Amino acid sequence: MTPLQGCLLVSSLLFAIGLAGAVTRRNAILALVGIELMLNAANLNFIAFWRYGAHPEALSGMMIVIFSIAIAAAEAAVGLALIIAIYRHYRTTNLDQMKDLKG
Amino acid sequence: MTWIAQNLWLIPVLPLIAAAIIAVNKQPQRKLAATLAIGSMVLAFLLSLCAFGTTLLHHGENGVFREVAGFNWFQFGGQWLHIDWVLDPLTAIMLVMVSFVSLLIFIFSVGYMAHDENFMRFFCFLSLFAAAMLGVVIANSLLLFFISWELVGLTSYLLIGFWYHKPSAAAAAKKAFVTTRIGDLGLLLGMVWLYAETGTLNFYAGGHGCLEQSALTTMVTHLTVGGMAVSMAIGLLIFLGAAGKSGQLPLHVWLPDAMEGPTPVSALIHAATMVAAGVFLVARVYPLMSAGGLPVEHGVPVTTALTVVTWIGALTAIFAASIAVAQTDIKRILAYSTVSQLGYMMLGLGVGGVAVGMFHLITHAFFKALLFLGSGSVIHGCHEEQDVRKMGGLKKFMPVTFAAYAVGMLALSGFPLFFSGFWSKDEILHSAHNWPVSHLPFFLGCAGALLTAFYMTRQVALVFFGQFRGGVRESAVHSQSHEKNKPSSHQDSHAAPHESPAVMTVPLVILAGFAILLGFIGTPAWPWFDGYLTGEESKFNFSKLIEPGTLGLMLVSAAIVFTGLGLGWWLYGKRQRKTVAEPDVLQAGQPWIYSLLENKYFVDEIYEATIIRFNRWAAHVCDFLDRWIWGGAVLVVSCVTLGFSWLYRFTDEFVVNVGFDTGCESLREGGNEMSRWQNGRVQTYLRAIGVALVVLVLFLIWGRKS
Repeated sequence: MTPLQGCLLVSSLLFAIGLAGAVTRRNAILALVGIELMLNAANLNFIAFWRYGAHPEALSGMMIVIFSIAIAAAEAAVGLALIIAIYRHYRTTNLDQMKDLKG
Repeated sequence: MTWIAQNLWLIPVLPLIAAAIIAVNKQPQRKLAATLAIGSMVLAFLLSLCAFGTTLLHHGENGVFREVAGFNWFQFGGQWLHIDWVLDPLTAIMLVMVSFVSLLIFIFSVGYMAHDENFMRFFCFLSLFAAAMLGVVIANSLLLFFISWELVGLTSYLLIGFWYHKPSAAAAAKKAFVTTRIGDLGLLLGMVWLYAETGTLNFYAGGHGCLEQSALTTMVTHLTVGGMAVSMAIGLLIFLGAAGKSGQLPLHVWLPDAMEGPTPVSALIHAATMVAAGVFLVARVYPLMSAGGLPVEHGVPVTTALTVVTWIGALTAIFAASIAVAQTDIKRILAYSTVSQLGYMMLGLGVGGVAVGMFHLITHAFFKALLFLGSGSVIHGCHEEQDVRKMGGLKKFMPVTFAAYAVGMLALSGFPLFFSGFWSKDEILHSAHNWPVSHLPFFLGCAGALLTAFYMTRQVALVFFGQFRGGVRESAVHSQSHEKNKPSSHQDSHAAPHESPAVMTVPLVILAGFAILLGFIGTPAWPWFDGYLTGEESKFNFSKLIEPGTLGLMLVSAAIVFTGLGLGWWLYGKRQRKTVAEPDVLQAGQPWIYSLLENKYFVDEIYEATIIRFNRWAAHVCDFLDRWIWGGAVLVVSCVTLGFSWLYRFTDEFVVNVGFDTGCESLREGGNEMSRWQNGRVQTYLRAIGVALVVLVLFLIWGRKS
């Protein structure tokens, strides 16, 4: 097993765990956590392909991941803010009960 | 403009209003109806006298006195249609005659119709008739003339069919209406053509009327088919209308049948006034008729139109007079006599101009109204008996009626010097004698005069002289059936004729007076009537009376009249018939001729066999065509349309609608199905994305391998 394959395996696992969390969890915050996990799995892939790719000296992989993390932070902030707003309105964070846009 | 010319319209409008009021009132108000009708006629008569006086006052001032007034009716295209009336001597004399005769006949009707339950309807129609007739007289535009003319025809129809429960009266009314309609078609065509030629229907309009010089010149110079001048063609068409109304030869058949109406109606409409409207029409459009004729030294110009008028008139005069000889119905004899006298008037117009024809019209109106009212009195006195064979000896029973009737009879026969008919008829014969074209009309006229004297003597002899034969019939024919339920004393009192009440005899006496006096306004010695109509001064000149030509003719016509009277008296007066069934003297002597005359030359039968049969055949053909050919075509078209509509409906309901319905249904179901996916659950969407991702990945992997 090459190091690249190991990294990909880990990131796949991480993605699968994230997906499972996002799909199955009824709590909105936990679903958000799942989504973050999947995002980090993707970041891990970027790093792995960059580190074991053809041009490890160019810092392209690192750059994308930093951007991605920044976006993820912003996304988490927006997502949490949305969840709080929804909670204020519906008095719940259960995703199954939040199916109407119009309340 | 004189006051009366301005307000001439009042004369016809007054009776019209009376008719309207009578028409809208409740039925049994005899007094109201009679008062209204007679009152309006009195007013109309006074106004007519006023108009007459005005024309007399202005007589002799630069030509014929003539004033027109009127109003614009409506506009079509660039031109106005006018309703105009005219006051000239012709109008004035007719107005006086019509309103006066109408007035007397209205008064007479009060007595005659006293027992009729439709008294109000009768007076309503009578007033309407008088209004229409006065409208005809004052009309200055052919349009107003035509409207009134048709109204006259309508009231004539209504009054002939007054006793519509009698089938014969209903049929006679229909016959009169249809026959005159044929003539009116000619008049209408003439009118339209005249309008097309001259652009106006006004007779006189200060130089622009259709009877004035400029229009006449155009019409004379303008030629139409066969080289006829337009004026002549129009004149002939108008004469056709006049012939229909005045019962001239081919269209005379309705007039004798019109006697089915009440006797005052016969007197007013079918003797004195309406039938004279045709003659009046010819007199009115006389400038058109005579336009383009070669001027003759004395007498009137000769034109084709006037020649036709002359011949038709002369033939009608002798034709109808000969039929009158063999009739047995008292009113029918007078009816044929009327047709014959109308023929004389036409003859007079043709050969002698307006004055000659109009003079006979006026005198005839009085003595014929007198005769008809007299016959009405006789019929009334004899309990609705009209057959002269069942009368006789009435001289004793009704002396006043007899005296008046005798005056009328002598006037009609043309008894010399003292009776109006002599002077007017003599003038016609005189003009006919001077007619440059042919002498035959003169001889026809003389023969007609002979027959007139003869049949009038026959009638008077049968009705008033000898023994009363009516009672015989009562007991001989009806005794078997009536003896049981009718007391004999009642029968006797019922059978005896009686004199009519004063309301009926007074008009007779007045008319008798006029029948004598009117002749003196138109004698050759003092031709006042002639001068009055032509606008010239007339001087009393006794020497004219004994000029060789005039005197000779007068002697000839007197001789003719005496021959007729003598012959009639010899055949019917001296040897009175004893019973009703006894054959006529002529019938015994000349059965063939008598039956020809009695059946009116079979004219009705000829019409029945030719025109009416053709008409019926044409009607059948039209009916067949209508029912089967056109009807069939329409049916086919409608069936085809129906078939198409069924087809469309079928396609619509079972193809188009079903297709759309299924399409819509499946769309809706699809939508329902799809909407189940859009349930708002975020994790469902995410799950779908995950599945899709897996599928995509599997697909990519599988694709790479193959």
